[in-house]
Amino acid sequence: MKLADRVEAVPPSGIRRFFELAEEREDVISLGVGEPDFAAPWSAREAAIDSLERGRTSYTANRGMAELRAAIAAHVDDRYDLQYDPDEEVLVTAGASEALDVAFRALVDPGDRVAVAQPAYVSYVPGVTFAGGEVVDVPTRAAEEFVLTAEALERHGAADAELLVLCYPNNPTGATMSRDELEPVARFAREHDLTVLSDEIYAALTYAGEHASIATLPGMAERTIVFNGFSKAYAMTGLRLGYALGPPAAVTAMNRIHQYSLLSAPTTAQHAALDALEHCGNAVAEMRSQYDRRRRFVLSRFAEMGIDCFEATGAFYAFPESPRADAAAFAEALLEETGVAVVPGGVFGAGGAGHLRVSYATGLADLREAMDRIERFVG
Amino acid sequence: MNGRDEDASSRDDGGDRAELRALLSENARHSIADLARLADMDEAAVEATIEELESEGVIRGYQAVVDPSRVEPEPVRALVECNVTLDRETGYDDIAARLVEFPEANSLRLVSGDYDFALEVEGDSMSEVSRFIAEKVAPVPEITQTVTHYIMDTYKERGIEMSDGHEDDRLSVSP
Ligand SMILES: Cc1ncc(COP(=O)(O)O)c(C=O)c1O
Repeated sequence: MKLADRVEAVPPSGIRRFFELAEEREDVISLGVGEPDFAAPWSAREAAIDSLERGRTSYTANRGMAELRAAIAAHVDDRYDLQYDPDEEVLVTAGASEALDVAFRALVDPGDRVAVAQPAYVSYVPGVTFAGGEVVDVPTRAAEEFVLTAEALERHGAADAELLVLCYPNNPTGATMSRDELEPVARFAREHDLTVLSDEIYAALTYAGEHASIATLPGMAERTIVFNGFSKAYAMTGLRLGYALGPPAAVTAMNRIHQYSLLSAPTTAQHAALDALEHCGNAVAEMRSQYDRRRRFVLSRFAEMGIDCFEATGAFYAFPESPRADAAAFAEALLEETGVAVVPGGVFGAGGAGHLRVSYATGLADLREAMDRIERFVG
Repeated sequence: MNGRDEDASSRDDGGDRAELRALLSENARHSIADLARLADMDEAAVEATIEELESEGVIRGYQAVVDPSRVEPEPVRALVECNVTLDRETGYDDIAARLVEFPEANSLRLVSGDYDFALEVEGDSMSEVSRFIAEKVAPVPEITQTVTHYIMDTYKERGIEMSDGHEDDRLSVSP
């Protein structure tokens, strides 16, 4: 069977190889996991069960249940000072993943240039490619704490791109950007008329100061689509629920694709999500404080081992420099000899090489054991 | 009201003190070095703060949470509801002061609702626990009534579940 060229052009994810290596062993402690170790809050799970008991098993409106969209709009206004009209500017999707995919398909024409700040979550580059766009790599640097700068955008040719994709708090680095740091990026976007896709799925997991959304900066709401969801903050990865927020025309275009490809996001998950927004604020705060402790623990352990690691202040990742220049070889040897799985940074694109993504979405006992093993391994 | 020390310092429990209290409540066996890493403090400050919390009586002790069903012979525990009458000379604290002296009394709490004290009693056998309640608790002059509930199974104790917990069914490496 003939496969489409644009699929053949995208290699399988580099994560896959480490997954296969890790699966071969029994005693693995994985610091390679990109999802919470907590289960979804019981209240949200109960709402899902309850919706099933009441027979709520139909499709919802394409854009998502009206009540959920209203709750999302109220939530992002309250937390992040983002104002969106629930009828026109909110699209509920099967994870932020689907929202990103429909955004690329709705906004990118074949040959359009899309600047992607990296290292970054592994879906952006393939998503752009599947949509026929051309990726412009914009690496960020450890020396600048993986913050995206206007100079980097300029230097790597983002000025003639149509779109810019960025993600703060960042997977894989754990970097965050303050309002002041976002300002020059916003100015660059306005000057060069870029549409910004801002993946803020880790917004609730910010440990130093408040999360700032680039869409709140002057002149940005009309050129930005914000992505968020329930996977990370509410530990609901398997329920597959996310959303996009943006100007009416963009959301309508995205919904045009979504209505044909998904019809509507999973109904059971929408009920869980509504409950999560209404009742699970404390559970999120508790998980966040657990992550924050582990973050401090991991950063201190790396410092004591003499492993260079900038102070990650978001998500649940640390991004230390690899003790050996070839991070992939180091990660493989570490797994082989100690059973500790981490992901080499190069998998996450430009600027990631020479680093390791260390996820601290793991219980403290395992985290301690893993750090002990790493210490013995590098010692 | 309960005669404990309530000066300002033992109530001022924000910041590092609150964080250490929370960490130790979750796991009292954290090493000083780990507490320092987790709370972002230096080790000397951790030790000094814990000492302070202990000497002020904020932290009263450290114990293992034991699953009684895995202990041979399984201890017998009962919750005893106690109703009391008070008079001009005798308040709740006076009655409590007598009850806490019994080593069989595991916990004692004053509660709102239909009865006054919730007393948890532990012994080696049902007859030992019954005898203790009949001979030591019920005869206390201010106690007008007791209702005893034997504990049949324990699922969660001090925030810790007794089941073997949820398997981690996540993919070992994911984006
Ligand atoms: C930065 C980032 N964006 C999006 C996603 C996908 O999230 P969802 O589960 O909502 O599809 C992830 C998941 O790892 C992520 O790390």
